[in-house]
Amino acid sequence: MIPGPFGYHRPASVGDAIKLLASLGEEARPLAGGHSLIPMMKLRLATPGHLVDLHGIAGLKGIHRDGNRIAIGAMTTQHELLASDEIRSSLPILQEAAALIADPQVRYRGTIGGNVANGDPGNDMPALMLTLGAAYRLEGPSGAREVMASDFYQGAYFTALEPGEILTSVTIPLPAAGHGYAYEKLKRKVGDYATAAAAVVLTMAGGKVASCAIGLTNLHETPLLAVDAANAVIGTSLDAASLKKAAAAAEAIMSPAADARGPVEYRKHVGGIMVTRALQRAAHRAK
Amino acid sequence: MAKIHVTMKVNGAEVEGLVEPRTLLVHFIRENLQLTGTHIGCETTHCGACTVDIDGMSVKSCTMFAIQANGSDITTIEGMANADGTLSHLQEGFRQMHGLQCGYCTPGMIVRAHRLLQENPAPTEDEIRAGIAGNICRCTGYQNIVKAIQYAAAKAKGVEFKEAAE
Ligand SMILES: Cc1cc2nc3c(=O)[nH]c(=O)nc-3n(C[C@H](O)[C@H](O)[C@H](O)COP(=O)(O)OP(=O)(O)OC[C@H]3O[C@@H](n4cnc5c(N)ncnc54)[C@H](O)[C@@H]3O)c2cc1C
Ligand code: FES
Ligand code: FES
Repeated sequence: MIPGPFGYHRPASVGDAIKLLASLGEEARPLAGGHSLIPMMKLRLATPGHLVDLHGIAGLKGIHRDGNRIAIGAMTTQHELLASDEIRSSLPILQEAAALIADPQVRYRGTIGGNVANGDPGNDMPALMLTLGAAYRLEGPSGAREVMASDFYQGAYFTALEPGEILTSVTIPLPAAGHGYAYEKLKRKVGDYATAAAAVVLTMAGGKVASCAIGLTNLHETPLLAVDAANAVIGTSLDAASLKKAAAAAEAIMSPAADARGPVEYRKHVGGIMVTRALQRAAHRAK
Repeated sequence: MAKIHVTMKVNGAEVEGLVEPRTLLVHFIRENLQLTGTHIGCETTHCGACTVDIDGMSVKSCTMFAIQANGSDITTIEGMANADGTLSHLQEGFRQMHGLQCGYCTPGMIVRAHRLLQENPAPTEDEIRAGIAGNICRCTGYQNIVKAIQYAAAKAKGVEFKEAAE
């Protein structure tokens, strides 16, 4: 369980990190919390020739409100998200989901940037980012650009990140005041990735759903936005028939892998249940 | 790969060593520093036996490179006793409440519980169970570990913990 050899670099600025990645070429990878990358390196499923550790870059940490958007630095840890009053009051769904990621030790190290940049379908934050309409700031040798989370994921471990680019922050528009939210995650045990999970953010008006977004985790090779499922409940009071329609519409776009977490049929079935539960719990919380 | 010089504070003492970048912190602690109280259970970031306290965080030392700990302040199980060598409240709790059987998970459990009580001096039973969710014990069934941590929390407040071990 010892990783292959690599060269270690610890730049103090984003500019230096980008220069290092450019000069070291394809052999180099950014290292954030290391809680996806180091396990892969121990199994020799990843053998980068160089690691560019982002821990020395102070500017990559922190949570700031910028008008009606919240910007979160890539190196902000899950533990820091859970401790943040700003996140508790403006984006409570992030805390609900972060608390369901792995265990306390992993959350002290694992970062939001690593979680969303990794491209593992099992990561929980990407589906939340789709649901919340987040954008990622990517900085590289040819400058900085913003990519919507909904345009970022191309396949398992394939993302819009170009070689040499670093994801520096995540920007999330504040959800409407009084919104309801829920992240429902089915897992085999504490610390496991989702068998199926669903994120819901909605608003209610006069007992009916006024707006709704639904995201799905680990039910496809990328995180999914379940648009038809959300449309199926808008204008309804989440009666049994509408909930059934929404679950069916969500299941129609799922194509999970069959693995130790269960066969495809099972994972789609429980995926539908996660959608139903998340809708009900979110509606209950909405003001 | 050329070895690189690192220095860090471990259990209050300045230590140094030469490490390859790929040397895991747990190997540096056990082999270079000969502090073998920190255990390796799974080596896959699941069991928590390798937990050490780094700059106020509980970290699985099998999932961090020693070179990343350069300049940091680390406490291992060997640094958990009181300065005069007597048992800390937590250590006493594990002893009184039978919080261990084979003892393999115990160093990680105590180091993790130490940070948990620093952050939350009066945890509920649920908070204790969630707080040690990254530490696996194959023997005890956790019941007495939870009691050991409750014992330590009570003792720190100067209250006597009345429950008996199971
Ligand atoms: C036992 C265990 C259980 C886990 N359970 C879950 C779970 O249930 N849900 C979940 O979501 N996660 C889970 N994780 C993963 C954990 O959340 C990781 O911390 C996270 O996936 C990656 O974040 P990191 O900061 O550790 O990134 P790293 O491991 O350092 O990096 C991951 C990848 O992203 C790249 N990268 C990292 N940061 C950047 C950046 N800023 N810009 C560009 N590229 C970057 C790296 O090069 C690497 O390829 C678990 C991990 C463990 C060990
Ligand atoms: S040995 Fe590190 S978590 Fe098991
Ligand atoms: S006492 Fe044996 S593993 Fe916990």
